[in-house]
Order: sequence, then C-alpha cells, then structure tokens
Amino acid sequence: MSENEKDDGPVAGPTPPLSKAKRQTNRRRFLRTALLTGGVLGAALSGFLPLIYAKKKRLRPPGALDEKDFLGSCIKCGQCVQVCPVSAIKLADLVDGMGVGTPYIDPRRQACDFSCDAVQCILACPTGSLTYHKPDFLAVRAGAALKAKPILLAKEKDAEPTLNMTERIGVARLSRPEACLATQGKGFKGQARGADFTGELRYMDVDRWKPIRVSEHPYDVPECDLCVRACPIKGAISIETVMAPNGSQHKSPVVHEPCVGCGVCEMICPVEPACITIEAGEVWKI
Amino acid sequence: MSDVLKRRFTEQIKIMFGWEPRKPEKITERAQQVHIMKRMTNKQDLQATKSHMRAHEVKSTKWRNRRWITLIAANLLFTLSFSLDIQILEGALTASRFVGFHLIDLNSALQVMLAHKHIINNLIIGTGTVLLLWGLLGGRTFCSWVCPYHLLAEWAEKLHLFLAKKKLVTDQTMDRRLRTVFWVIFALLALGTGYTVYEAISPTGIVSRALVYGPGLALLWVLALLFFEVFFSRRAWCRYACPIGLTYGVVGIISPVRIKYKLDGCFHEGDCRKVCLVPHVLDTVIKGRAVDLEVPIGPDCTRCGLCVDACPTGSLTFEVKGLQKLL
Ligand code: SF4
Ligand code: SF4
Ligand code: SF4
Ligand code: SF4
Ligand code: SF4
Repeated sequence: MSENEKDDGPVAGPTPPLSKAKRQTNRRRFLRTALLTGGVLGAALSGFLPLIYAKKKRLRPPGALDEKDFLGSCIKCGQCVQVCPVSAIKLADLVDGMGVGTPYIDPRRQACDFSCDAVQCILACPTGSLTYHKPDFLAVRAGAALKAKPILLAKEKDAEPTLNMTERIGVARLSRPEACLATQGKGFKGQARGADFTGELRYMDVDRWKPIRVSEHPYDVPECDLCVRACPIKGAISIETVMAPNGSQHKSPVVHEPCVGCGVCEMICPVEPACITIEAGEVWKI
Repeated sequence: MSDVLKRRFTEQIKIMFGWEPRKPEKITERAQQVHIMKRMTNKQDLQATKSHMRAHEVKSTKWRNRRWITLIAANLLFTLSFSLDIQILEGALTASRFVGFHLIDLNSALQVMLAHKHIINNLIIGTGTVLLLWGLLGGRTFCSWVCPYHLLAEWAEKLHLFLAKKKLVTDQTMDRRLRTVFWVIFALLALGTGYTVYEAISPTGIVSRALVYGPGLALLWVLALLFFEVFFSRRAWCRYACPIGLTYGVVGIISPVRIKYKLDGCFHEGDCRKVCLVPHVLDTVIKGRAVDLEVPIGPDCTRCGLCVDACPTGSLTFEVKGLQKLL
C-alpha cells in the first residue's frame, strides 16, 4: 500500500536486523530509485542537446539579453507572445533546438513590425529577459548598442517618434545578392509572398493601428524595393547604386546602422528563398 | 437466495423433523458485523461503529469536485485569457499577470535566480505576491488545486489502481529522499550551467504552456511520465521527483490552512491513507501514533481533501488556524 507499511508496529526499541527478503526488497527499491533518477536526469540533460547542436542562431524578441543570459533568465511564460499584435513571437518546442518554451521570432513567417508602437513584449516580460536597458552588471557587446534610439516611421510625426530600444537583436544582410530583383533591375507586381501567405504587416496608408495580411496588399513597382518600403525603422535600409567588382553599376538594397534586426525585410522579400535575411544576434561592424 | 440462507433452509427442515438446532458454521459478513456490534457493551462504541458503517455506504466527492472545478477553472482562465484575449490571467503557470498583478511561480523564480544570478524587480514583486498567497492558502495547495499535471496524474492514478486491482500492475515504491536529492541537483544544475534545466522538463510548465499556446512535442515527456505512473509506480513524479512540490511544501510549513486529524472517532482502518497522494503525512492515523487528541497534518499534505471525503467518521477535516475560534 504505502511506503510506511514497514513501520506499522510500535516504534520503541532498537531496530531488529533485516530479513533476507526485506534486504532484497530494499535493494530492488534502491535500483528502481536509481532508475528513476537516471531517467529524469537523462531527460533533463537531453534538453541541452539541441542547445549544443544548434548551429543557426534564432532570432529572439526585441530587447532580448544575449543568448546565455536570455536562457538563464527567461521564465518561459509567454507573456511576450500574448501581447504581440502580429503574433510574431512563438515559443520553441523540443525540436526547435533552442530551449523548450523560450520565445523566438521566425521572421520569414512573421516578422516583428512594431505594430505595437511601444515594444510591448519588453513591457510584458516579468523577468527582464527582454529589456529596454541592460542593467549595469550585463555588458553590452560592441556594435549591439544602437547609436540612437530608432525612429519608428509610423510614429514619425508623433511627439515621441522613437522606440525605446537601445540594442539591436540582429542585422539584415543581403545574403543572396545575385537573386535580388533590385540588383537585376527587375520590378515586382502582385502579392509579395503569394495568396496563401498569412503574415501580417502594418501599412500606414491603410490603417495606423490595424495590421493587415501582406496578401491583401499587392505591389506594383517598376524596380523592386519592397524591403525598403516595408522597413518600419527610419534610415535602416535604402536602395543605392553600387559598383560591382567588374566596374558595372547596378541598384542594390543597402543596410545601414539603424537596422534593429526586426525581420520585416526578410518577410516581405518576394524572392524564394528570401535574398535578404536577418543574422540573429549580429552586431554592427564597420 | 444466498448460499448461507440455503443452508439455513435445509437446517430448518431438519429441525422440523426433530434435529436439535446447532450453531451455524457460516454467517454472512454483514450479519457478523452486526453481531459484533451487539456484543459491544460500551454504548458509545456501538454508536460510533453504527455511524461508521453507515458512513461507509455514502461515498463523498465533495472536496474532490470543488477541487477539480477550481483547478480546471484556473487553467481555463489562462487559456481563455489568451485565446479570447480577455486579459484576466495572462501568461502561463510559470509567470503570469492577474488583472495587472504579477504572479510568479516560486520554483521557476528560484531556478531563474540561480541560473541568472541576478534579481529583477518585477520578479521579486511577483514572487512576493505568490509567496503571500500560498503562504496563506497552504503551500502544496498549489499542487492539488492548481497544477494541471496533478489532475492528469490523478486520472493516471485511477487507471493504475484499476489495473492493480486486476493484478496487472503493482506499485513499485521508491525512496522518498529522492525528491530532496532532485531538488538539490536541479538547483546546482541551474547555478552551474546558467540555464534553467529543470524548466525544460517540468511537466507543470509543459502542460500549462500546452494549454495556453497549443500542444507541442514536449508533451511526449509528460506522456512518458504518465505511462510510468500507470504501469510502474503510483504517482511517481509528484511523490519522488517534483521539486515544485517540495518548494511549496516548505511554504506550507507556516500556512494556516490545513487538514486536522481527530483521534477520538478514528477507526484506524486507513481508508484515508489509501486515497492519499502523499500517505506518509497521514502516519499519525496509524493506531498508537497520534501524539494528541487533535493533530494537524504535516506540510507535505497537498490539501486535496481526498482523505476528508474518504474518512467515514469525520476524523479528518479542513481547518483554518485561528479562524475556527472566530467563527
Ligand atoms: S515589438 Fe515586435 S515582437 Fe514585440 S510586441 Fe511589438 S510587434 Fe510584437
Ligand atoms: S515574457 Fe519574458 S520571461 Fe516570459 S517568455 Fe517572454 S521573454 Fe521569457
Ligand atoms: S508535486 Fe509537482 S507535479 Fe505534482 S502536483 Fe505538485 S507541483 Fe504538480
Ligand atoms: S493528507 Fe489528505 S488532503 Fe493531504 S494530500 Fe493526503 S489526501 Fe490530500
Ligand atoms: S482518519 Fe483515516 S483511519 Fe481514521 S477513520 Fe478516518 S479514514 Fe479511517
């Protein structure tokens, strides 16, 4: 019945020597105990494997501490998930290789476009895993800090146009320049990501507060500049004329220092796979 | 007609033909009990036995129902707050906001503090609220009234007991000191690795997140635990492993809400210990153990009330220390 059966009698007097059967039961019980210990600890440690093998860094929500501090401090409550108006933040599962229950953003599927206007996810986080300002005891990696508070284009005319963000979560990079439509001098007409794409974006000319589906907002541009049009941060990206090594000139998107790594450019890029991608946790290097 | 009565019938016929009446060899169990009662000389004992037997016939599920409703409602509130966006209880069990108040699970907060080694204001506030709440309600009240894994494990336990009755499985008990060892190991792991290792496998967190944010593969681990409990060891996780239970148990040491045992009417047949998730806390009901006429049950008790429902003599009751005098 219960573990206490063995001492059902009165408790007085020295304990008599154990019988052979009793010793055997005890030994078996010890083995079982060891087995459960092994099982639970094995499971606990297997939680590490994905962390060790994860090659590709994943994009954390805005204001995230550096990865190690983030993993230590995030309490896996998902309050950041709940406040995001475009549902950009997801919680990692066993197979995501980044700590079960920790939040991340898959920008290609749904980027953070700051539709919340005030980095709500940081506001919601109870542990400071997402934070406006790193506390003094945590170092800021060189290049991670933004030179100036980023200006949110959607708030440009407001009294307070900036986002309370002091560090970037990554940097956008033209990862496949040869595929870029702008580089090829091509335009783009139609739904940026096809009719089935469920990702949302805030279009200022449609509604200041309500993000709509990207598929509901078709484009028609003579020269592709979708990443520049969609970027929510002032001065983070522009189309420039650049010189190729062979001396020829062509247009190309160029990423600038204010880039916070939100991932909107990666989401909107009409080429499959995207030719502009976010490098999570990357810093600004010059 | 029952076997015993058939015999009695033939016996009566024999008597009709002149045989002497004899003392019957077989008497039904129910009749025997009444015979025992009739032999009792002490009126009080007799009365108690009578009410005890009568009480055994009514199965109470009062506290269990109240508890299930509370547990399901609390977890539903999490789910609905997010899915319907009603913003009453946001977050998951590890940390949440209840109409603006920060609530943070003590064990999760502890793991985070050990791993991160820094303490953030909100974390302190949230932990304080929870400490106060569970300090008042009784530490392990969390287990049986809120923890979603508890309910799953309770159902798994029913299955285990059913299979055990059919002699298909047996309960493999383990060393209860293991839970303390696990607690220390997980604390050290968090401290050493800077990663909240326990949170990755906490079935409480996994189930809670699954309820709010949708199911994931992590539930496989929870299934494995339930499987282990059904086929090998009754309530193994909560009894031998869960550090949350221990953390809250410690809070419960000082809490005023508890189960009270009254020695007077107890029959020591142990119905309470059979239903209890942590039967070691009910050692005091064993014959000759109670140190006083009234004994409060220890802090590891989850205040589930199953024993209160099970006890046919009302020897176990809920008590709020200090409040009883006021009422
Ligand atoms: S800052 Fe981005 S990710 Fe965070 S809540 Fe706002 S839109 Fe969502
Ligand atoms: S709100 Fe903070 S603690 Fe909660 S899951 Fe998000 S990052 Fe982690
Ligand atoms: S012991 Fe752990 S898993 Fe069991 S009910 Fe308590 S908190 Fe939940
Ligand atoms: S002692 Fe009673 S209330 Fe406490 S856990 Fe056991 S059955 Fe539940
Ligand atoms: S306290 Fe337990 S042992 Fe005593 S009468 Fe009640 S159920 Fe039976």
